Amino acid sequence: MQNLPDRSGRFGQFGGRYVAETLMPALLELETAYKQARRDPKFRADLKRYSAEYVGRPTPLFFCANLTAKLGGAKIYLKREDLCHTGAHKVNNTLGQALLAVRMGKQRITAETGAGQHGVATATMAALFRRRCEVFMGSVDVERQSLNVFRMKLLGAAVTSVDSGSKSLKDALNEALRDWIATVRDTYYLIGTAAGPHPYPMIVRDFQSVIGRETRRQIMAQENRLPDIIVACVNGGSNAIGIFHPFLGDKAVRLIGVEAAGLGLNGPMHAATITAGGVGVLHGNRTYLLQDEMGQIRETHSIAAGLDYPGVGPELAWLKDAGRAEYAAVTDAEALDALKTLSETEGIIPALESSHAIAHAIKLASMLPREQIMVVNLSGRGDKDMQTVARAFGVTL
Amino acid sequence: MDTQNNTHPKRIAARFAELSARNEAALIPYIVAGDPSLRRTRELALELEARGADLIELGVPFSDPMADGPANQRAAARGLASGATLPAILSMVADLRKVSQIPLVLFGYFNPILHYGCDRLCADAARAGIDGLLVVDLPPEEARELAEPAARNGLDIIYLLAPTTPIERARRIARSASGFLYYVSVTGVTGARAQLAADLAGNVGRLRAVASLPIGVGFGISTPAQAGAVAAFADAVVVGSALSLLIEANADQDDLVATAGEFVATLKDAIRAARIAAPGAVA
Repeated sequence: MQNLPDRSGRFGQFGGRYVAETLMPALLELETAYKQARRDPKFRADLKRYSAEYVGRPTPLFFCANLTAKLGGAKIYLKREDLCHTGAHKVNNTLGQALLAVRMGKQRITAETGAGQHGVATATMAALFRRRCEVFMGSVDVERQSLNVFRMKLLGAAVTSVDSGSKSLKDALNEALRDWIATVRDTYYLIGTAAGPHPYPMIVRDFQSVIGRETRRQIMAQENRLPDIIVACVNGGSNAIGIFHPFLGDKAVRLIGVEAAGLGLNGPMHAATITAGGVGVLHGNRTYLLQDEMGQIRETHSIAAGLDYPGVGPELAWLKDAGRAEYAAVTDAEALDALKTLSETEGIIPALESSHAIAHAIKLASMLPREQIMVVNLSGRGDKDMQTVARAFGVTL
Repeated sequence: MDTQNNTHPKRIAARFAELSARNEAALIPYIVAGDPSLRRTRELALELEARGADLIELGVPFSDPMADGPANQRAAARGLASGATLPAILSMVADLRKVSQIPLVLFGYFNPILHYGCDRLCADAARAGIDGLLVVDLPPEEARELAEPAARNGLDIIYLLAPTTPIERARRIARSASGFLYYVSVTGVTGARAQLAADLAGNVGRLRAVASLPIGVGFGISTPAQAGAVAAFADAVVVGSALSLLIEANADQDDLVATAGEFVATLKDAIRAARIAAPGAVA
């Protein structure tokens, strides 16, 4: 189960390399370069050193005594990815891929971004490793995440606002791919989630798996056993596959991905791809998608900009079909409640994306016995969302 | 199962053979189906044929056209807005086939095809009178599920080759292709360019050494002068974005179809003149 993808980049029926011919040679080159890098002691040492000294790893595994007592059920632990440099788990991937870009001699790094967290994490690495950086961002997201746009510019990146289609993450991805088609010889395209054409889902998962490996070590140290349940929010799904992957072989550990139900699954205003979508091909991979009856990609909605994408990483799609992971969906309102609850009970303000995972954990914990252990991946901090949250609560800042 | 394969007229190969016999390169206009309406698309196809088009690429609009520049993105959006779904496009094609034998290639992205069903699409497309399929995001590595039913139904699968494609890879792709090979002249998305790629003739020449199929060149060709220059060494010249822009600018005009026809006629004139000016440029 942990040996996928296969040689053609497949996780069961999912994954693959559905790209224009111009990009195929670049994907093959990237795969070769990555496989060499991960065997190279120097590359591994660099990754380890920057992870510790720059990103701040390992991140803590924190027992939420107050929240656990309040709910009266399973013990809740938080994997504190919000404490990573730049404020979210995204940096685990951008560090690894930026080191790869340097190794491949690429002078320019590009990225797509939704909430702006991946854009910031990419711009950060481009600054550190002295590369040119351009981030593509839907114009709707540029508007609702203006703080992150400013951060990226401060870090020296060019931010290109994308006005095509639904003007959000999927369109930013389209534009990043179009740019890469034209610049493939000297540009490293640093994709932000465990999706896209092979080998990206594998590369991103490998760099994010540090979350699960640390969690495993930490829970063994604190509880002397594995958790019963791991919960993570899912859209592209890099934080989810990162914490899930090292536990795939531990069948007793339930893995639960939480998608964005937006305004509710009854209408079109959500981004619950696995829960409510069908199989299709977009952005280089075969996976679950939100699409209409003609295979046109649907627009999505979530209060969390980082969950507002109509696809999902192919490995998470496969874990659904293989029955290894379960998926649930949480609405905007439930996520906002959870954000408030965690802030008040533990003094931790989670990102709106991570609040989806918290919300589902809160629902589950009270129904479970006190001996059970649940780990929630707190993938990012909430600072970037304060304007959105204030607006939702009717507060004028 | 193979009955259609035997009866399919193979219009693409026949057209290239005719043209080759008179030392002429093919002109392949690309128009997005449903831009601005399917009724107009049918009229455009007939007019373009009358004015010198040798094969028509019919764009199947997709919500996320990753390999297209702004002109064709907007054309796809107009096609979607006018309701150009695959079933509607095929029914327009079936109607067109009653009056025209011009080779027709569906040009698009994989998801609408996958959603329609690869087997069903190939059967329905062949029945409607489609001759080939070009799916931008379906490289040979992923194409089996479409290539098999396409072959059963006598449809050509046209693959892209790019400036980034290594020659050994081009050789392998050429072996699995049929109809013609489509060489993407620029490292980039569709759209007009001020100048042709500097190494274009040389690149096409290198492909000839590993491929026996006719070679068409597209992406970035928008003027009669560029079309003529490419026709000197390629078997076909594809012009797309320039037509999308022309259609956009004239969508509401009564003479849209005639205007598009005029433009295509100037392209074809330049293509014919290229071989007369440089006889024997293509062996």
